[in-house]
Amino acid sequence: MPNDAIAADPRYARRPPTRGMTLSWRDPTVRNIVWQVLILGAVAFVVWWLVSNTMRNLEVRRIATGFGFLGREAGLPIGEAMVEYSPADTYARALLVGVLNTLRVAVIGAVLATILGTIVGIARLSRNWLVSRLAAVYVEVLRDLPLLLQLLFWYGLMQALPGPRQSLNPFGNVFLSNRGIKFPWIVWEPAHTAALLAFVAGIAATWALARLFRARQFATGQRTPIWPYALGLIAGLPIAVWLLMGAPWTVDVPALRGFNFSGGGTVSPEFAALLLGLVLYTAAFIAEIVRAGIQAIHNGQWEAAGALGLSRGDQLRLIILPQALRVIVPPMTSQYLNITKNSSLAVAIGYQDIVSIANTTINQTGQAIEGIAIIMMVYLTISLSISAFMNWYNARIALKER
Amino acid sequence: MTPPPAEAATMGQASAAFVPAEERRPPSLSVGPIGWIRANLFNSWASTAVTLVLGYLIIRWTLGFLDWAVFNAVWSVPGTGQAVNTTACREMKGIGACWALIGEKYRFILFGLYPFDEQWRPAVCIAIFVGLYVVSAMRRFWRRELLFIWIAALTVIGILMWGGVFGLPYVEQERWGGLIITLILSTFGIALAFPLAIFVALGRRAHNLPAVKALCVVYIELIRGVPLISLLFMASVMFPLFLPEGMNIDKLLRAQIAIILFAAAYLAEVIRGGLQALPRGQYEAAEALGLSYWQKTGLIILPQALRMVIPPLVNTFIGMFKDTSLVLIIGIFDLLNAAKTSIIEPAWQGFGTEAYLAVAAIYFVFCFAMSKYSAGLETEFNRHRNR
Repeated sequence: MPNDAIAADPRYARRPPTRGMTLSWRDPTVRNIVWQVLILGAVAFVVWWLVSNTMRNLEVRRIATGFGFLGREAGLPIGEAMVEYSPADTYARALLVGVLNTLRVAVIGAVLATILGTIVGIARLSRNWLVSRLAAVYVEVLRDLPLLLQLLFWYGLMQALPGPRQSLNPFGNVFLSNRGIKFPWIVWEPAHTAALLAFVAGIAATWALARLFRARQFATGQRTPIWPYALGLIAGLPIAVWLLMGAPWTVDVPALRGFNFSGGGTVSPEFAALLLGLVLYTAAFIAEIVRAGIQAIHNGQWEAAGALGLSRGDQLRLIILPQALRVIVPPMTSQYLNITKNSSLAVAIGYQDIVSIANTTINQTGQAIEGIAIIMMVYLTISLSISAFMNWYNARIALKER
Repeated sequence: MTPPPAEAATMGQASAAFVPAEERRPPSLSVGPIGWIRANLFNSWASTAVTLVLGYLIIRWTLGFLDWAVFNAVWSVPGTGQAVNTTACREMKGIGACWALIGEKYRFILFGLYPFDEQWRPAVCIAIFVGLYVVSAMRRFWRRELLFIWIAALTVIGILMWGGVFGLPYVEQERWGGLIITLILSTFGIALAFPLAIFVALGRRAHNLPAVKALCVVYIELIRGVPLISLLFMASVMFPLFLPEGMNIDKLLRAQIAIILFAAAYLAEVIRGGLQALPRGQYEAAEALGLSYWQKTGLIILPQALRMVIPPLVNTFIGMFKDTSLVLIIGIFDLLNAAKTSIIEPAWQGFGTEAYLAVAAIYFVFCFAMSKYSAGLETEFNRHRNR
């Protein structure tokens, strides 16, 4: 029916009755507004009370305010820094070192925990009773003990190692002592950086090629094996680049000089204990997520894949895991957030992450509010970034519905 | 056409009496313990190899651990207190465990610096806490009266711990420590965070109160975005600045408030899950009955929504129980801190493994019981699904 016909119809000429502007407690709109004003008012009052108390206290105790201290010389020594740092640098730079240390342990920890957790999660579903029981015991024990307890335990074990002179030597030129883990490391030269870049480029090229091949398979049904190209691009290309640039290869072997080792690469006991604790703890949770994700897939999917003649490994890789990922990704996000937040326990064993350095800053400057605000801002930024990335990834792999 | 006589005879026989073939037992290699072992440990050459390697490693490590923890362990050392002589332990270091440490320090680890003669009081409190958990776990007590049991039990615990009445000597809070602190922080944390969490979860779902909803969203996301440590630091160094001059609350209470605020944000998200999972019809039916918002929420929505999320709630409780150990970082004497402190004396230095294993066993008992309970409830609630 055309619009003007509706307008012409006398039945539509009647307007709904309008309510007068009477302020009544029975009106839900009025009630909602009153409630909101009351609640917000109460919260605002409490905040105002706390802020005014704080202002007065800061004045009485003569505590400086503002972020001016960031530009001052920190004078705090940092054991391991990923960027150039000396105690003569500013607080801002010390805090930056702390953020980088947090990110380092969180990123490496997340990658290792994902690998270990996936292995343990799949092992829990193994048909071998011994394997599945062992995985179950691992998950139950590690999940039910506080992370801080585990960190202190590992750190205690690291410190109980003998000194550098009597260090353990499990294999090759790797030395375990209470100063950390020492291992041979090549002397880094531009050729290595170039090879690393070639490696990354090789991965990107393989990915693009895989897409191309898949598109061709969809179009023509012809399958092209990807692995020879992958091998050439990912392994061959970096080696070729490295050979072309003169193949520099000087290994720096750790050697005992006096009371400590010199040369080689080092992992500090603090970092090793923190990483070990975080990875073992988080992997237990990830294992449960992976197991639940795989079990959520209907048994018929396994059977159908088996009926197609796929091997059990191919069934898992091609049929089950892509579907299980949809169940796995959302809880995995919270595990990545957890590992980042849990890395703040570093302060208990002396690894200098952002919390530890901000804490020292608070003790040196007395500016607690600014210090804690910095810690919170850093974690909020990291948390929101991880959430945003994982939401994007989740949307990408989600079931495409019409 | 008539069939040949021979054929007719056989047919007649078959229809007259069916004689089943003799019952045969399944092959002996596929049933019983042997069959089970074949199917679960040695069903392919890869599986066999894994079983053999793992079996060897497990037996070796178990024997090694038993050697260390039982056969070579030192169970007692001469002397006590300052005059203790730990040479026996030092000689066996790395070969045998020094359980003498636990024998000497278990009262410190459990009760902290609580006056020695009064330590029966925290011991009774621990028993009350455990009784409270057991009672709350039983479905037959899931009634309104449970609330009164909780209030009564927590009051009794308060009286016992502080004393100062009924002839019990007063014990200041600075001297409390050990397991009881862990139980107090986690139990009060959950008990007080729970009502707050319900209000925050309802606030987040209140679409007709946009300002309240925004407030709840900001609260939840802010707390969940930062580590508990930062909140505990805030409690330990910033709270004193928040209060008016002269007003001071002690450190344990400040940490308790931080834990309550932290737990409430996580619990609120779990409860919100239950509120969202409830079918819309329940809300509409309650409104159709003319119930007010609070009647609707209290009588119809919450009883069903909370019931649905009990398993994840228990998992949050486990997380909170473990997280109370973080108060160690701001110097509160909980169970973990007591273990850490027990090995500070020179005589006991270096026996951290023993101390940590002992408290690990305590944490494990509590968390494992809760996690088994939660798994059991989940199976029970899902029974209608797997028939």
